[in-house]
Amino acid sequence: MATSGFELLWQTAPQLATGAGRTLAISACGIALATVLGLAYGIGRTLGIAWLDRSLRVYLAAWRAIPVLVWLYLFFFGLPMFLGLSVPAFACVVCVLGLWGASEVGEVVRGALRSLPAGQRDAALAIGLGRLQAYAWVLLPLARKRMTPGVINVYTRIIKTSSLAVLIGVVDVTKIAQQIIERTYASVTLYSFLFVFFFLACYPLSVLSRRLEQRWSH
Amino acid sequence: MSDVIELRGFSKHFGAHPVLNGIDLAVRQGEVVVILGPSGCGKSTLLRCLNGLEQGSAGELRFNGERLDARSDWRAVRQQVGMVFQSYQLFGHLRVLDNILLGPLRVQKRAPQEAQAQALALLERVGLADKALAWPRELSGGQQQRIAIVRALCMNPKVMLFDEVTAALDPEMVKEVLEVILDLAEAGMTLLIVTHEMAFARAVADRIVFMDGGRIAEQSPPEAFFSNPQTARAQQFLERFSYVENLPRRKAS
Ligand SMILES: Nc1ncnc2c1ncn2[C@@H]1O[C@H](COP(=O)(O)OP(=O)(O)OP(=O)(O)O)[C@@H](O)[C@H]1O
Ligand SMILES: [Mg+2]
Repeated sequence: MATSGFELLWQTAPQLATGAGRTLAISACGIALATVLGLAYGIGRTLGIAWLDRSLRVYLAAWRAIPVLVWLYLFFFGLPMFLGLSVPAFACVVCVLGLWGASEVGEVVRGALRSLPAGQRDAALAIGLGRLQAYAWVLLPLARKRMTPGVINVYTRIIKTSSLAVLIGVVDVTKIAQQIIERTYASVTLYSFLFVFFFLACYPLSVLSRRLEQRWSH
Repeated sequence: MSDVIELRGFSKHFGAHPVLNGIDLAVRQGEVVVILGPSGCGKSTLLRCLNGLEQGSAGELRFNGERLDARSDWRAVRQQVGMVFQSYQLFGHLRVLDNILLGPLRVQKRAPQEAQAQALALLERVGLADKALAWPRELSGGQQQRIAIVRALCMNPKVMLFDEVTAALDPEMVKEVLEVILDLAEAGMTLLIVTHEMAFARAVADRIVFMDGGRIAEQSPPEAFFSNPQTARAQQFLERFSYVENLPRRKAS
């Protein structure tokens, strides 16, 4: 079985590679979006602007209370139905992963910023930095070590959650594997493949996390 | 000489809680004003209002004759009003030199070479020329506080605000920081100093401002204030300090 398993993977390599590529593309785009919006969320919640803080809390609650899958259906089926706005499946998944990831990354960023002594912001402002400059040059760099493990954890969750894409018809690595299983019944081989694939996609991120924490430990 | 800072009927409250109450104060160019007063009387809040970290609620604040309020360009003002905090607040992710150069380069957009030359000269002046490339956490409290002073000075401010800058230091490091401040006073810089070091206050001040309950209770030259305080609150306040200094020796058992 072992040989035939590898043979099967070898034969189906082109399809699997396409699927893997799509999964990685969805994940990378989702992560990029989650990072940019998550930083904005974290900054927004520490500016001390009451209405902004309240709005962002509602945003967080919405993403925490409703399953990501439901959000995905809402975007994919709901937007065309209610707004007549049809979004391609790929873009839908990226948006949902990015917006959900933003709430999670944002909470990590907020927590890390909150843990800084209040005097650091005062000191940054006291030398004439603007509020956003204070974040760029002082507060975020000070908080980056503390937020790295949490943010990387969200990244790996985004990669794993990306397989929900199957449910709205995106042909990602999970879908390809399913199709091959339906044809060949080689479920053990393909599930092993998926296991190794997701491990290899996520593990380097944990290594990176540890590296960065070390680099920033002065 | 002209007044650099001028407060008239200046008040500040946090919610319903009044913290500063009709403060009238004028500070002349080159003057060294030491602010004394019991804990919670509003000394820190007063200093923080002078560089816009807090906004006043009523009254008038002028800097170089120009009236300042919540809409003023505080970033410009802060470049002229340096502030040093009790807990140093060096930025841990930057080496000493980069801490000092952050403002000159990012805010004032000065030429790196010129700014760096000034930073190194200032480090030399406070006796820390060899620490330019150190990380803040490698330094003692007294060293960190001297760096924090240099960081403020490197913006070439007109006025410096010191808020209990020796209160967090071990006694043997207090001297090295106070000497730096004395040096600035000698050089004719305008200083507002909040401190609990009475001997230092007496030595450095041109004028003592004694605050109590959000008001200025009295203002006098240091000799007059320490030898002959006018208000009962100031007398009590000074007695508490002299009590510690003159504590009689415990009888040996
Ligand atoms: N951000 C704030 N919000 C609410 N109340 C505050 C705030 N900052 C200070 N206060 C209050 O204002 C009063 C004056 O505080 P301030 O720190 O100015 O006193 P202080 O004279 O510097 O005291 P200390 O000698 O202990 O440093 C205190 O009662 C304090 O609780
Ligand atoms: Mg104080």
